[in-house]
Amino acid sequence: STSVGFYLWRTVFILCLVNPLMQGLNGEESHHHHKETNITGLQIVKFQWHHVEAPYLVILWVLVAGVAKLSVIELNHHVTSVIPESGMLIIIGFILGGIVWAADMQQTFKLTPTNFFYYLLPQIILDASYFMPNKLFFRNLGSILIYAIVGTCWNAAAVGLSLWGCYEAGAMGHMDIGLLQFLLFGSLISAVDPVAVIAVFEEVHVNEVLFILVFGESLLNDGVTVVLYNVFEAFVTLGGPRINATEIFNGIVSFFVVAFGGSFLGILFAVLLCLLTRRTKNIQIIEAGFIFVVGYLSYLTAEMFSLSAILSITFCGVCCQKYINANMVEKSVTTVRHAMKLLANGSETIIFVFLGITAIDKAIWVWNTGFIILTLIFVFIYRIIGVFFLTWILNKFRLVPIEVIDQVVMSYGGLRGAVAYGLAAMLDEDRIKEKNVMISTTLIVVYFTVILQGISMKPLVQWLKVKRAAHSDLKLVEKLNNRAFDHILAAVEDICGRIGDNWWTRGWNRFEEKYISWLLMKPKARKNRDYLFSIFHKLNLEDAINYVSEGERQGSLAFVRSEQAANIDFKKQFDSEFADMMPDMNYEMGIENISVTSIVKDSIPSVCLDIHGQDRKKSVDDFNAHHLLQQHLYRSRKHHRHKYSRSHFSINQSEDEMQEIFQRTMRSRLESFKSAKMSVNPAKKIKHYRKEQTHMMANGHAKSADYLYEVEAGIENPAFMPDMDTTTQSPPWLTETEMDTVVAPSQRAQRRLPWTPNRLRRLAPMRISNSSTDSFLMADVFITEEEPAQKDQTKM
Amino acid sequence: MGGSQSDRAHKFQHLSDKTGFSIDQINSLHKRFMSLTENEGVLRREHLDNIINLAVNPIRRQITGAFFDKRNLGQNEDGYLQEIEFEDFLTILAFFTPPKQGTSEEEKQNIKKEKLRFLFNMHDTDNDGFITLDEYKRLVEELLSSNETIETETAKAISDAAMLEVASVTMGQMGPDEYYEGITFAHFQKILKGIQIETKMNINFWNLDTIRVQCGKSK
Repeated sequence: STSVGFYLWRTVFILCLVNPLMQGLNGEESHHHHKETNITGLQIVKFQWHHVEAPYLVILWVLVAGVAKLSVIELNHHVTSVIPESGMLIIIGFILGGIVWAADMQQTFKLTPTNFFYYLLPQIILDASYFMPNKLFFRNLGSILIYAIVGTCWNAAAVGLSLWGCYEAGAMGHMDIGLLQFLLFGSLISAVDPVAVIAVFEEVHVNEVLFILVFGESLLNDGVTVVLYNVFEAFVTLGGPRINATEIFNGIVSFFVVAFGGSFLGILFAVLLCLLTRRTKNIQIIEAGFIFVVGYLSYLTAEMFSLSAILSITFCGVCCQKYINANMVEKSVTTVRHAMKLLANGSETIIFVFLGITAIDKAIWVWNTGFIILTLIFVFIYRIIGVFFLTWILNKFRLVPIEVIDQVVMSYGGLRGAVAYGLAAMLDEDRIKEKNVMISTTLIVVYFTVILQGISMKPLVQWLKVKRAAHSDLKLVEKLNNRAFDHILAAVEDICGRIGDNWWTRGWNRFEEKYISWLLMKPKARKNRDYLFSIFHKLNLEDAINYVSEGERQGSLAFVRSEQAANIDFKKQFDSEFADMMPDMNYEMGIENISVTSIVKDSIPSVCLDIHGQDRKKSVDDFNAHHLLQQHLYRSRKHHRHKYSRSHFSINQSEDEMQEIFQRTMRSRLESFKSAKMSVNPAKKIKHYRKEQTHMMANGHAKSADYLYEVEAGIENPAFMPDMDTTTQSPPWLTETEMDTVVAPSQRAQRRLPWTPNRLRRLAPMRISNSSTDSFLMADVFITEEEPAQKDQTKM
Repeated sequence: MGGSQSDRAHKFQHLSDKTGFSIDQINSLHKRFMSLTENEGVLRREHLDNIINLAVNPIRRQITGAFFDKRNLGQNEDGYLQEIEFEDFLTILAFFTPPKQGTSEEEKQNIKKEKLRFLFNMHDTDNDGFITLDEYKRLVEELLSSNETIETETAKAISDAAMLEVASVTMGQMGPDEYYEGITFAHFQKILKGIQIETKMNINFWNLDTIRVQCGKSK
């Protein structure tokens, strides 16, 4: 808690310093103007606050918000696990607001609707839609739409009408208000807020269907909210008598126009974005910027046409994600991801802090107890009723019904947030006399849902034993099975002659593959977009990274020998390709200081260790790392069921192929790095090497029983050529502990000899020679050519 | 076939109780069955091969095999039947019905186990109780066969990686003497227990569309 205090005091300090300063400066401005007229001499340094005032304040507040977030994170774990982050930020906002208030006697800093809707909200929505799990979203789209449209309308009508009824009954005292204004209020308070939902649910981790339903609803209900808000505001302006059937009809039509228009606009911008990224092969550095620019443009354009801006930017993000991720290079994709998260996080923090600050303002508070309490009650109750009723209907049509427990969480998760406040602040106070009442009530509702419901969400979820999200879904097996599933289901549907969900999905997939991907994706990206392959690729990369970083950690690196001299001239390669990335690298210091992993992670390593060099001959550039890894890391090993004889060795023809336990062998391999270095001369050429080795192995092994090959690790060192003088040395991959167990080739050792000519895996011992053209042992030999030969043998 | 109306109704009722389909669904499925078999009343593999859409399905071989697999039809022996009747047809399709609302947790587990067993049988073509690497490899190759740029080696590598995963999940550290025979049903269950099979492996049968009767004939 000392760090909390520290951060808090720092923020307070900054503010206290800034505020009187600004007061003083505002006063000084007038001074300056006076002074301008009678300058006596040249001023060497001037204090020019008025030049920088606006951007300075903005940046200062961003800094304050950032520091606030830091302090929230640093807080004692107990506190943060109880109160959600957003709640804490609001509380900090209260404190800061109090300070400003104390200094100024007025709230100079507020969350203005303009700032909120134009500068703070779009990036959050863009972030949400860019990371939206599309498959899940579209599969549940029907339910989401029902909740968003029908649910929101119901909430708005019910809350508005009930409040009006209570007002007429006299529960709220005297106010200058009418039915239409109540309906207006109902429409702005009924919308579930995406910012709040994200903020609270991301700490809770409910199962994905539940999450997507609530979250999707919060995004899509904007279409309804905007329409209702505008319609009722127009009605209030028109006045009661002028509303007739035409106007109501117009209202309904406007819903369709606003909602579909907004979505369509978003899709249009998504197409534009994909086409742009399709063309950026030669200018990759700016690729990442397009999504932000075009996304924001879609938001503003929709706003310009008074369509639903949130829907527009949502569909832009949702539709484009697949294509731009395929079109952009991996570096750009990573950049986009990080930048999105940064912006979204930043915005969210600022929003919540300012929601707190805005509260400390005497000017806006009009406390009407009846109004507030009744609103809270009605909002809560009607949400529950709406959700349960709609779910009951939906369950008749859904394949997988939504359980009661999920429904409870869904109703409890109908959080209101900054959007409601923004809409309330935008009300016209001339027409809506009781604007302050509405603002106050909205703020109270927002605090109630974010803080109180946020606090209780986690315990509730745990208490109700809601199904939580399943983690670690990257298992290849599961992915494979999922893929097989789709096909199976499609096939059974075909057999039944049924046009079902899968038919539509398949039809859409085929259409999408043929036409849309052709239009929007880079041709190269199209080839590599098989889903299973990409998972595999990802896994391979991960393993490679671990492999290399382990090796690094142990103080060694595996070098790949290429036909051209294994020339590890880092400087040259680094300079040309990564100059902008690592300008300050002092290569002379040695390889230890260069984090290979950072390079490997970012792109197909064209630099490190010339791993790449070997594959450059083939012109499959993106496949390179994968190919390499595929060959190196995931070979299976043939298991030979040996005859238990010392001298006779035959390759089992009808063997089952075996899998190695990669991690286990990896570990033992890496441990072998510690052992003695070898003085073996590797073969010159890989292919040649392999063939040679095959022959020799077969011979050598049959010949003599003197070779010590550690079986347990399953590693062979093909560099241990029988003709080299290493027979008496123990193989370097033997760990210290195993040394004593495998001294002589016992019966046991012989038997378990995985002496496959083809399937040997070994790790080169580390040897970093001084001369760059020295030969380095190849890390792994893989024998692709041998395989077909082997295969033929086994097929007998 | 050719029984009287009441006879058939009786039979359908019996089928309905056995498989859990409603009478309407059985009626539509019966019509479909008849059209597939060209009114013969017994289904053979060639009939299934005639379905056009099925021809582009990468794993049609295993799926059609599943229909004739004796293990799925409740018989204790191995091997495949040459032809099946309507009742068997329904039995297989019953694997794809969702559990009714209100089934107990235990029943749901049973249903889940049955569905997993069905899938396992589909993979384990030689019926030795293990999904060996070869069988899995064949599956992966077929799944990837639609994408021409992926070489068979990649498919192999992927299947290797998948088996590796399974092995490490189910067997943990293997001793030096062990080697991995293949995925047993228990392992299969273990890996896939994260997947909500009972909710995923379902087809909505209430909306059978029998318009596509003609698709029985291929070009």
